[in-house]
Amino acid sequence: MTEYSTINSRAPRIDAPDKSTGRAKFIDDLNMQDQLYGAILQSPLAHARIKKIDTSGAKALPGVKAVVTAADAGKIKYGVSPARYDETLFCIDKVRYVGDEIAAVAAVDLETAMKAVSLIDVEYEELPILLSIEDATREGAPLIHDEYPGNICADVHQHFGDAEAALGNCDIIRTDTFTSKMQNCAFIEPQGCIGDYDQRGYLTLYSSTQVPHYTQRTVAMVLNMPVGKVRVVKPYVGGGFGAKASANAMEMIACLLSRKTGKPVKMNFTREQVFLHGRSRHKFIHTMTTGAMKDGTIVALKHNCTLEGGAYSSFGIATIYYAGSLLGGPYKLQHMKYDAQRIYTNKPACGAQRGHGGVIARAAWEQHLDIIAEEIGMNPVELRLKNMMNNGDTSCNDLYMSSFGMRECLDAVTEKSGWEKKRGILPRGKGIGMACGFFVSGAGYPIYRSETWHCTASVKLSDDGGCAHLYTASAEIGQGSDTIFAMITAEALGIPLHAVKVSSGDTDFGVDLGAYSSRQTLMTGFAVKHAAEDAKRQVIEIIADELRISEKDIDVKDGKMVFKSPGINFHGMREKYRKEHRGWHSLPKGDQMSFIEAARIAYLARGSIIGQGEYKPRTLGGTYKGAAVGTSVAYGPSAQVVELSVDMETGQITIDKMTDAHDCGFAINKTSVEGQMQGSLLMGVGEALFEEVKFDSKGRIMNPNLGEYKVPTALDMPNVNAVIVESNEPYGPYGAKEVGEGAIMPTIPAILNALYDATGIRFNELPLTPERVYRAIKEKRQLMEQQKSK
Amino acid sequence: MKILINVTVNQKKYELAVEPNMTLADMIREELKLTGTKKGCGLGECGACTVLLDGKPVSSCLVLAIEADNRDVVTIEGVETEKGLHPIQQAFVEKGAIQCGFCTPGMVLSAKALLDENPHPDEQDIRKAISGNLCRCTGYQKIVEAVQSVSARK
Repeated sequence: MTEYSTINSRAPRIDAPDKSTGRAKFIDDLNMQDQLYGAILQSPLAHARIKKIDTSGAKALPGVKAVVTAADAGKIKYGVSPARYDETLFCIDKVRYVGDEIAAVAAVDLETAMKAVSLIDVEYEELPILLSIEDATREGAPLIHDEYPGNICADVHQHFGDAEAALGNCDIIRTDTFTSKMQNCAFIEPQGCIGDYDQRGYLTLYSSTQVPHYTQRTVAMVLNMPVGKVRVVKPYVGGGFGAKASANAMEMIACLLSRKTGKPVKMNFTREQVFLHGRSRHKFIHTMTTGAMKDGTIVALKHNCTLEGGAYSSFGIATIYYAGSLLGGPYKLQHMKYDAQRIYTNKPACGAQRGHGGVIARAAWEQHLDIIAEEIGMNPVELRLKNMMNNGDTSCNDLYMSSFGMRECLDAVTEKSGWEKKRGILPRGKGIGMACGFFVSGAGYPIYRSETWHCTASVKLSDDGGCAHLYTASAEIGQGSDTIFAMITAEALGIPLHAVKVSSGDTDFGVDLGAYSSRQTLMTGFAVKHAAEDAKRQVIEIIADELRISEKDIDVKDGKMVFKSPGINFHGMREKYRKEHRGWHSLPKGDQMSFIEAARIAYLARGSIIGQGEYKPRTLGGTYKGAAVGTSVAYGPSAQVVELSVDMETGQITIDKMTDAHDCGFAINKTSVEGQMQGSLLMGVGEALFEEVKFDSKGRIMNPNLGEYKVPTALDMPNVNAVIVESNEPYGPYGAKEVGEGAIMPTIPAILNALYDATGIRFNELPLTPERVYRAIKEKRQLMEQQKSK
Repeated sequence: MKILINVTVNQKKYELAVEPNMTLADMIREELKLTGTKKGCGLGECGACTVLLDGKPVSSCLVLAIEADNRDVVTIEGVETEKGLHPIQQAFVEKGAIQCGFCTPGMVLSAKALLDENPHPDEQDIRKAISGNLCRCTGYQKIVEAVQSVSARK
């Protein structure tokens, strides 16, 4: 038992009953009176100049209400990072990938809108297509964006300590290269939206988004409207994982079409459009050279990374920095050099996906460390423990680990999995592997440079005193944030969970940067806690005044007022309350004053009681270029052990068992923490084993569906032994920090290390499809036979 | 030309005129306004639109509305009992089997079809029964545990 009444429990999610019965409304479940339907003309070519657009056929089709192109949208550039605004709402002079938006239609129904789109005639002049990093960086390659020579979207160089010199003094120097493929977040709910521009010029955008606030700003900027006249409302969202963490073209198109027609315009992505929109994990090529001493001390890392970015920047500037900075821990590393480039290609833009930027780097590094451990002849767990960062350590790139239960996580998974008993003795085809990792607990800085609060929240007590209504603009996208904030409100106010109502995901409720970088529990959690405490303080102040006692002698617990000194006579106030409620049932009784009575008295004295809270991180991190990415208030470490079987005749991998430990600081809701861990592992398993967005020679996606882009089913996932480690984060509300993304970090490398244990083969390319695994097994077999015959 | 069909949905009889190319999913969502049935892919791959057709789980985006003529359909809105949540729904709530909730209606119906036929499935039976319903949030474990807990209760 804890000292807490509501948090640190397994309270069922507040949205679960509505979600279990189909009552919960997602974007496509909303409809407006008189709404029109929008459809987008997307480029069928990967790279071409637009010579002419003829929309007359579409405009003439009965039922069409508006047709828009760049001529209507204007030339305002947008994107995610202001430093790389490289998109316009529609293509102006050329298309840069199959799926680039050229025009859009609003019509009376979807069928008419789609028919109209097919009637838009575009004349193209085809340009050479660049579908790989090699193509795009070849000398003389055509430019995808004129402003970016060499098709280099970003070029990053960071150097902490002196890696070159340090490598020279190392006993062991090892270099490995590792390659991944483009991913898709593959949430089950495709993006959708309704743009509704009203008669007074106020715009409401209903959208399946992770970030109402950023979307509000982007829409306002692109449509040239005051931010205050744009409201973004997020209904329930069917998963995000990164690809919904920035404004998309469809949202702005729906708003533009609504402004043009004066009617609400509804739009949805098809599953294929989800893939065309992309904005998920990049393809990464990592080359790491690590220097270590014979005793296992890791001294220096020289790290080179190339990211294939697709046609636009999206989150790429953050991605490229994350891919370097997140190797600053969890091991003490004195020297780290990072050189990276993000390259434009004629493919859908890549962006952020769970574990933003760090997942493939972590996979490469943790496998690389196992290789080094083997070269030294050291147990890989021992190697990690020898170099492990602890509470209070700061990395060479200024990441400060205010709480860091990394060691506890590693101890937990090795113990629970029986690591020592199984390591190195499993039969051929069976393997066990482990890895560590960590992630930020909220980006330390907003995406646009600003001193903005990262979140504001308010808690309004109902005038009868019976309920507390939390208003927050934060984004419940499935991770459970509404429940977490209801629990924090209940705890901080001292009232039961059922007396808290949550309204969220609406920019009218305040500012919240949204659901990305695992930030909401820590950041919004603080704002909510402060708002609830402020409401409580106001009630206590008034009651103290009425009773002529000190505020310090009053508290609230479990819905009751707690008076610290004996003999407090509150019966005058109870009488007052009872008189107001003649004929009512269940009036307060007993010898304790209820919070309901107190809150009512407070309302009578001062009007509506509204508590306010806000949060922004303290100044964090270093002053070097790119220091803003990877810098966080706190960090959540994870360790994992994976056990798997490989069919040596087919290359098919089966994940048998996963043991996972994550330090979430303090678990507000234990069931939700486990859910985040198990879900993270699923995404890691999919990426490791089979997920890959594939392209043909014309730049068209070959598998833009959930049949051929395979994500794990219930038959692919084992049960996970999820161990929660609590480290009490000093900068987190009640000691809480992230779990949403950190848990994915060790999954892929633990699988790689287990696969090595099973086959004796190191794989330097993902995904680990049966074909890739089988070929490697066969090659190894042939090599061994050749050696034998010699 | 629209075709007249007679269909029972959640024990209520409907006579509907539908286009011959209208899917059962669209009929349920657009004609009957029962939006608990979700559309995640339109290709029969994600299972979010799962409903029971004569007691068997089907992807309603792959069934034409006219194929439901004279047949019995149960959607998520028909699972709740007069006393409140169905035991499967209650278990999903209690066990933390729901995150974003988009796959939940289909998942509950696949679980219901399984338990109606086999009240005591083992873990593998459950995993097989829901393997046509993709979930990107939970890792499936708490869903499996929820279904197991219902079968244990029976």
